[in-house]
Amino acid sequence: MTENMITLTIDSETVQVPKGTTVLKAAEKLGIHIPRLCYHPKLSLEGACRICVVQVEGFSSFLTACSHEVWEGMNVQTNSPEIRQARRDIVELLLDNHPMDCQTCDRDGICELQKQAYRLGVRERLFEGKRKRFPIDDASESVVRTPEKCILCGRCIRVCKEVQGVHNLSQHGRGFETVVGPANLGKMDDSACIQCGQCINVCPTAAFLEKDHTERVWQALALPRDVKHIVVQPAPSIRAAIGECFGMPIGTPVTGKLITALRRLGFDAVFDTNFGADLTIIEEANEFLRRMSGDGPLPLLTSCSPGWVSFLEKFYPEMIPFTSTCKSPMSMLSTLSKTHYAEKKGLRPDQVYMVAIMPCVAKKFEAARPEHAMEDGTPYTDAVLTTRELAWMIKSYGIDFQNLPDGEFDRPLGISSGAADIFGATGGVMEAALRTAAVKLTGDELGPLVFEDVRGVTGLKEATVNVAGKEINIAVSNGLTNAKTILEAVKSGGKQYHLIEIMACPGGCVAGGGQPYPPFDMDVLDPQLPKLRAKALYQIDHDKQLRRSHENPAIAHLYAEFLGEPNGEKAHALLHTHYHARMPRGIK
Amino acid sequence: MSANVNTDNWPAIKAASEAALPARVVEFIDGLKGQTHSESQLIAILHMVQAECGWLSQEHMEAVAQLAQIPLAKVTGVATFYHYFRLQPRGKHMINVCLGTACYVKGADKISQRLMDNLGIAFGETTKDGMFSLESTRCLGTCGLAPVVMIDDQVHGPVTPGEVSLILEKYLKKDKAPKA
Amino acid sequence: MANQVADFFERLKARAHAALADSGDANRIKIQIGSATCEHAAGSLEALDEFQKHIQASGRDDIIIHQTGCTGRCSKEPIVGITVPGKMPVKYERVDRALVHKIFSSHIQKGQPLAEHALDGSLDDVAELEFIFCYGRRCTTGQTLKHAFDRKLKEANLPAGRVKTSHVRCFGACSDETEGKCTHVLVNPHQVFYRIACEQDLDDMLEMHARNGEVVERLRAPEKPITQDFYQTYGDIHFFNHQNRIAMRNSGIVDPESLEEYIRFGGFQALGTVLGKNDPEWVINEVLKARLRGRGGGGFLTGKKWQMAHQQPEKTRYLICNGDEGDPGAFMDRGMLESDPFNIVEGMIIAAFAIGAQHGFYYIRAEYPLAIKRIQKALDACRAAGLLGKNIMDSGWDFDLEIRLGAGAFVCGEETALIRSIEGKRGQPKVRPPYPVVRGLWGKPTCINNVETFANISAIINYGGEWFANQGTSESGGTKVFALAGNVKETGLVEVPLGTPLSKVVFNIGGGVKDDKALKAIQTGGPAGGFIPASQADMEVDFGPLAKAGSIMGSGGMIVLSEDDCMVDLSKFYLSFTQEESCGKCTPCREGTTRMLEILEKITSGRAEMGDLDKLERLARLCQQTALCGLGRAAPNPILSSLKGFKDEFVEHIVDKKCKAKKCVALIRYQIDPETCIGCTVCARNCPVECISGQRKTAHVIDQERCVKCGQCFEVCRFDAVERV
Repeated sequence: MTENMITLTIDSETVQVPKGTTVLKAAEKLGIHIPRLCYHPKLSLEGACRICVVQVEGFSSFLTACSHEVWEGMNVQTNSPEIRQARRDIVELLLDNHPMDCQTCDRDGICELQKQAYRLGVRERLFEGKRKRFPIDDASESVVRTPEKCILCGRCIRVCKEVQGVHNLSQHGRGFETVVGPANLGKMDDSACIQCGQCINVCPTAAFLEKDHTERVWQALALPRDVKHIVVQPAPSIRAAIGECFGMPIGTPVTGKLITALRRLGFDAVFDTNFGADLTIIEEANEFLRRMSGDGPLPLLTSCSPGWVSFLEKFYPEMIPFTSTCKSPMSMLSTLSKTHYAEKKGLRPDQVYMVAIMPCVAKKFEAARPEHAMEDGTPYTDAVLTTRELAWMIKSYGIDFQNLPDGEFDRPLGISSGAADIFGATGGVMEAALRTAAVKLTGDELGPLVFEDVRGVTGLKEATVNVAGKEINIAVSNGLTNAKTILEAVKSGGKQYHLIEIMACPGGCVAGGGQPYPPFDMDVLDPQLPKLRAKALYQIDHDKQLRRSHENPAIAHLYAEFLGEPNGEKAHALLHTHYHARMPRGIK
Repeated sequence: MSANVNTDNWPAIKAASEAALPARVVEFIDGLKGQTHSESQLIAILHMVQAECGWLSQEHMEAVAQLAQIPLAKVTGVATFYHYFRLQPRGKHMINVCLGTACYVKGADKISQRLMDNLGIAFGETTKDGMFSLESTRCLGTCGLAPVVMIDDQVHGPVTPGEVSLILEKYLKKDKAPKA
Repeated sequence: MANQVADFFERLKARAHAALADSGDANRIKIQIGSATCEHAAGSLEALDEFQKHIQASGRDDIIIHQTGCTGRCSKEPIVGITVPGKMPVKYERVDRALVHKIFSSHIQKGQPLAEHALDGSLDDVAELEFIFCYGRRCTTGQTLKHAFDRKLKEANLPAGRVKTSHVRCFGACSDETEGKCTHVLVNPHQVFYRIACEQDLDDMLEMHARNGEVVERLRAPEKPITQDFYQTYGDIHFFNHQNRIAMRNSGIVDPESLEEYIRFGGFQALGTVLGKNDPEWVINEVLKARLRGRGGGGFLTGKKWQMAHQQPEKTRYLICNGDEGDPGAFMDRGMLESDPFNIVEGMIIAAFAIGAQHGFYYIRAEYPLAIKRIQKALDACRAAGLLGKNIMDSGWDFDLEIRLGAGAFVCGEETALIRSIEGKRGQPKVRPPYPVVRGLWGKPTCINNVETFANISAIINYGGEWFANQGTSESGGTKVFALAGNVKETGLVEVPLGTPLSKVVFNIGGGVKDDKALKAIQTGGPAGGFIPASQADMEVDFGPLAKAGSIMGSGGMIVLSEDDCMVDLSKFYLSFTQEESCGKCTPCREGTTRMLEILEKITSGRAEMGDLDKLERLARLCQQTALCGLGRAAPNPILSSLKGFKDEFVEHIVDKKCKAKKCVALIRYQIDPETCIGCTVCARNCPVECISGQRKTAHVIDQERCVKCGQCFEVCRFDAVERV
């Protein structure tokens, strides 16, 4: 073992680490956090920001801790006066080319640059001069790009390319004029962007943000109740993550407090996207069984993730016929709210104002799609708030979230099975579908509940499940580079897959582009993050009486009372959608 | 794999992209298919487009991206990184003022100013009549002739500020002369 | 295998000689015309056209035109050489159409050379015979023997115009055994090379050769020095005599588009030797012995780099020739690529064999179309001749080369950025380690060397690593090519042994500072380099001493600065270059160079305070210590070195708001001396902003408020009445 271990000295402390460890990681072993901005453990090495410099004996210039591997006898100083001044000056150089608007910035207090400036002691500005000027691009329904706030760490470019395989972002120009943006520095809505929002998650500043919907929600909430009836639906992942914004441990389920908070904010009815999820399973399971019987192409690709749907339309339009035509749970519930629910309540559809709370920024785009609008053009979903936006609204209102009593969803559109809760985790949709499909195929109401093969945050999982003597080949992918892998495998025609779940975001919805920024010592793509959040969802599922979507009595009632048959004419008209090749076409 | 509906827009995109580029470029890109590291030829492709078309339009770059299957953001990121690539149409004559050390020492800044005054444009711009584009360049390697101005492929030097208008007139006259 | 390669080489040589013999050129009058970008720019194509017209009109068929590359004699181009069989070759400078006419009618038609137009005035004492002595660097034998010979000549009373003697810096013909014991003499136009050691030898040379024109066979040197061809072609020309041409030995004498000619001048002999031995380690060892350091600027030992590449476990390896020459004022690479492309190709093939590469790339600036064309032609010719591609020289070894173009990014001269550019990406540097020799192009071991490095390889193989090492210093072997420019009388490419004092380059070759002003400093290394103050001008040119002085060797830019140059202004110029060329990746370079430039602008415009100087230095040190790549780390060199040597100039700008050199426009003004002004009105008529007033024949006045300080009045005044203060 000693052969592969290296002994070095960091700040006069001796430390032993495996060969190949970087100085940055070796220092962490000693409990020293070397500051960093461009570094991201799950992305390729950039070495651009230079704030992780350290002094190494024998070198006149400073070395970056993120890129240098340790060697035997290395003597490192992480906090000499020279290093402290160099880091301070580098951060000041970044600040000098950054708008001085922290107080009015969306990320005030949760900004990595701000935090570094404070930690490294930038107390006065020595080198101020001209500043780069670029317009804000807010043309996209989902993602707002503010290049003036960009510090060129390149994390967004790398996540978009390496994790999502979209490669929509690049640096343009060079030197002081360098700017990150989509091709030709065009508008985000006219680019290959699939709106997943991972760029927002990894951005250390406010250079990428979600399109703000809070203002329209505040305005709606302020309207007289005879003008608008404001309903809200939180997605499964919200209850597993929003607690983080209020200092609760990662993975704390807070369904009850969430509901109460929404009521305090003034929503008239609090539905659950879970209801839509159960409905989705019924429709999708039926679609799957139909295709299994030879009616329609296989494999069936799931369609809940709007980022993936955009990816499909821009990168793999030829795969559209394979994709489930089911609307997402959000859109199903929004549609029902403005049709069946409104009718029962005696409201005109346009009197209902639907706010969805989503872990996702692509849902903002989904909500704005004409396919998800009523005949008069008004959308079924009026506003989509990310988890971050909702947390801010709760804070802004002054609600003491942590100490709220538990509330309950409105019925019947708030009733759901545990199968719906796990939608937020990668593999959850697959598991939920299998639970129902198994019962439908075998007729045995006590079919399997837990499919371990599809759980866990691995990017690409494959399994063959035997249901009623039938071998069903399934695959589950999260992160779009993994989607590419599986789609290429399907196209090459080697193995016959039957059902494939595809989620755009790495780790599934719990790690979506609209989820809370992770705590400072954790990275967005840290697998622990989706794991802990998913654990909360599996716990909720485990604790529920209802575990299968088709067992949800409210669903059964809805079909009986309103929809008719699953996949029937009315269900098709209201709960299904269609896709089309979208421009610009992305490069696979 | 079978699908009943054809939703693939690739044939249409391919045809439009091929139409947007000179045949030589399309042929070159086709020739790269199956080669290892073919994406490394991006800069060569852009050189070729510029040589044929004079500049790189958005349409050109989109077509290159599709045909060579290189992400468009990468194509435009590369095109904007290298100053040799022109992203604006160029004038009939390209004026390049050398701003190398020798030329600088010998007064290239004065020549630049005179050119800008005479043409009424700044560096990187093209005159309204489309006759001249003005650019500066790194050392042309003809320091013995400093300060030099390169118009199209011809190097003029040493140039004095007073000669600037004479040189420009020569080009204007040449173009006005009836073609034999 | 050795035999197969040797056979191949013999056949190749025979074919080349036969091709050239067929042309029957030896008995014809040869008009040699420089053909390179600089020559073309100076008008060599017009001269060529004019000669062709004259030849046609004369109806003569005994005249041939020979296009060669460029010798690096920039300020005198276009250069034309006339060689009449049996007569001394004559070189003419600045040949325009009118001069072509004169040369043709006088020299070619009547056999009367035009002394007044000879290159560097070398024809003042035209003679039938020219004895060129070697003034070896480390021996005085040449000098002693030449003095003795001159004395004897005087006593011999030969007819006027019969013999002329001169000396060159070093033919490089000595070995360890002969050094200090003898010297060498080249006799033109007979192209005879002697090795002489004693009085008797001098006497024989005088009596037999000088007097009677008979070659003294017993004195013929057994060796053929590397520079012989060059001096046979160019003869005694001051600018070249102080050089030592190894890398540029063929530049200006060989037709760069003819493989046959290159072979006739000894081309591909080195490759034949290497492939015949079939031992990469032998090659690496020779290059190590040569103490050849990377000529791109870093100065890393080339042999060491090759060795590291050779030892990599990964067998797919690449070789790259870095021809992204971008330093303002530097054009060594262009010169060599355009003037002797086959030599670079041969150097690369040898390098590829040594490191075990299967594929190689030329990375050349797109701004060098002629270099690209010539390298492409060279590659095609080599491929056709079996020197490139499969089974090179029948050795069974395969290697091929292709050209990749740069596109106008200075930073691509940095090796990791260059690799990214070849990969078709934005040319931004990557963190090192891993170094390219470990993980480079497409993640494979990649060896990158500069054009000039490759230009030396065939010489090292042919003449031996030790011989090459002897040409330089104990630290670095060989020579270095510099692009001499700035305020110096003679500009151009000069190749001198490492260890040559800077002052010798400036004064002996460059002829001194322009207008005989005082030398202020010498800038080396381009924008990444620094200023060497005149007080240190005797410094020996080598990687180590330059670095110690705060500069670098760089790729070889050498700019001479006089008292008319402002160090603050020049620091600003270099920094604005690096700022403009910063790739934008790392913070200290992207933001730091911008801030430093802002501070320098404040200083040159008189808005700075003394505190700004501390900030400037603080940023410069930050950039030097924390930037990502070598270029970023070197970007502040001009500032730091000028702050070191010329701080008083900065202080003067800040405190006194004065620019002594009168370069910083904001700190100078123009005024008219009423005593001297005769009121001719020329200044007023030329003022672009019409701020000069005054009646005809009365003294004029400049309105300082409106004056834009363009200097037009200063330039047009014929009475020196306009003063710049």
